[in-house]
Amino acid sequence: MFAYANPKRFMELSGRVLPWLAGVTAILFAVGLYLSFAAPPDYQQGDTVRIMFIHVPAAWVAMMAYGFLALASLISLVNRHPLADVAAKQAAPLGAMFTALALVTGSLWGRPMWGAYWVWDGRLTSFLLLLFLYLGYIALRNAIESETRAAKAAAILALIGVVNLPIIEFSVQWWTTLHQGESIFRAGGPTIAAVFLWPLFAMAAAYTLLFFTLLIVRIRTDILERRARALTMGHAA
Amino acid sequence: MSAFVALLARDVRLATRAGGSAMLALAFFAAVATLVPFGIGSEPKLLARVAAGIVWIAAVLAGLLALDRLFQADYEDGSLDLLALSPVSFEGIAAAKIAAHWLTTGLPLTILSPLLALLLNLPTKAYITLFVSLLVGTSAISAIGGVAAALTLSIRRGGLLLPLLVLPLLTPALIFGAGAVLAKLDRIENGAIWFLAAFSAVAVLLSPFLTAAALRFNLAE
Repeated sequence: MFAYANPKRFMELSGRVLPWLAGVTAILFAVGLYLSFAAPPDYQQGDTVRIMFIHVPAAWVAMMAYGFLALASLISLVNRHPLADVAAKQAAPLGAMFTALALVTGSLWGRPMWGAYWVWDGRLTSFLLLLFLYLGYIALRNAIESETRAAKAAAILALIGVVNLPIIEFSVQWWTTLHQGESIFRAGGPTIAAVFLWPLFAMAAAYTLLFFTLLIVRIRTDILERRARALTMGHAA
Repeated sequence: MSAFVALLARDVRLATRAGGSAMLALAFFAAVATLVPFGIGSEPKLLARVAAGIVWIAAVLAGLLALDRLFQADYEDGSLDLLALSPVSFEGIAAAKIAAHWLTTGLPLTILSPLLALLLNLPTKAYITLFVSLLVGTSAISAIGGVAAALTLSIRRGGLLLPLLVLPLLTPALIFGAGAVLAKLDRIENGAIWFLAAFSAVAVLLSPFLTAAALRFNLAE
């Protein structure tokens, strides 16, 4: 895996993979969105159930992105791979976007279902805190001028965040439990009908690939920016 | 060990003498708690219900106040470089400074808390719970705050960034701390104080190592 951590080799490989990845993402979105609209209205939620198809995958990817951020941070701290650091740096704004998307779509779903855009329930609140963790990471990263220091400080913060995240989750759950329980991943199989499950999984796959597509684009841009800066400095000297 | 004690004593002295942060943090703590009734109304029943939450939020905010100078003052005037050369390890420096922060903010405001609880009409039976929750929980504020202070060391106005870094991480302490008092008021046993103790213990144990790591890379350049 580390063989591809060399920026030059990464650029070659990612350049070849990227068009395919983007293409598959687009196809999955087309299929997922089609299935989302083709699904029958839920007997309780009516057409609002369709918000779930764009909400739930956003929430999944937002959490996955934080896991990715923490893993990349760990690799950048322990193995000192510059590419891992770039990956962490570029994953953070994406994760923040997916978190914000999950919050916005969640509150749009909450208005007709709960009668309020916002309720202080466990999952909403811990997602709001997740957004703050992302924003803290991005702010710390941007505030430190020295690139190497910024990388290390941000990596430590990301690791503290990933240790604290389950505790925050637990404490917030403990604090209040108004949200409906788990309905997909639980013993005894999913409790939602297959007509809703397929669009959900298609959208989840689409969102995940979208995250990685955008991540690769961002990493490539970052590497190119560094090269451009190095060249400019070379010419100036 | 004697160097550790010397450093601890020095920081406590610096914080408690003229221009130090200890009294300011305490005054800020009292001021925040006093402001709240003006904002939400003085109805005794309402105040009794929110008193613990107010005191806890005021404690968290007061804890933040002195954080940005925790390492920065020594970093700017070069003392931190000298400390790094001293026999005390980075972990020792971190632990001494965090302990000094707790002794000069967390502990005094815990001692002051019954007075604020009185002003906010907290029922007497919950005083001890509030006191114990602050005694235990403020150590987590110093511990987590210490790491954040070390991470933002090289930022000129790092203090502005601290709340964004620290507050989300401290939510569990706030939830369990204020929750313990509410449970006491409602006569339920929910173990909140034990969750708080566990949270603080982990924070206090890990903090010196993480803080030391942050100090190391900040001084390395």
